[in-house]
Amino acid sequence: MPRVVVDVMPKPEILDPQGKAVLGALPRLGFSGVTGVRQGKRFELEVAGEITAEVLAAVHEMAERLLSNPVIENFTVHVDDAVAEHPGEVVEAHQADAR
Amino acid sequence: MKVGVVTFPGSLDDVDAVRAVRVGGHEAVALWHGDHDLRGVDAVVLPGGFSYGDYLRCGAISRFAPVMSEVVEAARRGMPVLGICNGFQILCESHLLPGALIRNAERRFVCTDQPLRIENNRTAWTSAYAEGQEVTIVLKNGEGGFVADEATLDRLEGEGRVVARYLGKNPNGSLRDIAGITNEAGNVVGLMPHPEHSVHTLTGSGTDGLGFFTSLAAAAFA
Repeated sequence: MPRVVVDVMPKPEILDPQGKAVLGALPRLGFSGVTGVRQGKRFELEVAGEITAEVLAAVHEMAERLLSNPVIENFTVHVDDAVAEHPGEVVEAHQADAR
Repeated sequence: MKVGVVTFPGSLDDVDAVRAVRVGGHEAVALWHGDHDLRGVDAVVLPGGFSYGDYLRCGAISRFAPVMSEVVEAARRGMPVLGICNGFQILCESHLLPGALIRNAERRFVCTDQPLRIENNRTAWTSAYAEGQEVTIVLKNGEGGFVADEATLDRLEGEGRVVARYLGKNPNGSLRDIAGITNEAGNVVGLMPHPEHSVHTLTGSGTDGLGFFTSLAAAAFA
């Protein structure tokens, strides 16, 4: 199934308390050298049929009207065809996680 | 006046809002998120809580509830609308008010008796107060940090549209200590503190919130 991915991130000038919390937790786990963390959202939209320019335009509108709040967030839209082309890799990755 | 109080799935303070409306001398009308008409009300309160579980963003799903189409249209025609806490978030998501509300800067849920200054007493919801009056009203929120770009903040300040400001330590990181704002016409007010919890000494820290509900009568006869 073709999939369109919408990534939503807080705008650079907007404070991101969740990202700051993650940044604060990393040194406590022994990870050093990370100087900034921003936390966003990723939406994976399963689309019926082919991904045409119209579909992408519609997803763009969804992102603008619902998935993001343009006052505080930016978004990007891209087509994710990795799953369709390499299903085996994804399955292996899941199995590795399970172990 | 007949004042509608909208209940969304996940609303928390609708019952207190109904009670505050009555204490303020009005008839309260329960409205449901799925309603397609406002049942002849003269004003609407969007109460606090966690409508639709705060999924996606606070207020983002509620904005598209059927009743909100009616509320947005009525607000544009001049009907007084008060959004409290989650209601404020819904008003911002609906673009009836500018800006947005984000997670508290210190990441803690705040629940406190909050000193405020009423900066604008010319709205439908604040005429019972004196300009500059200092009041104490319950504040409880996890995502109450008001943000907007500098130009919007300057415009809000320049047009006197900051309705209330936090006094003392800023409780949630709101830019310029903003606790509430209004639209250009002054009929729509968004407020992070909860005046409906501060209308009776038996159950609250005082009665300083009552003015938000008694102001409406003055607005009707103005």
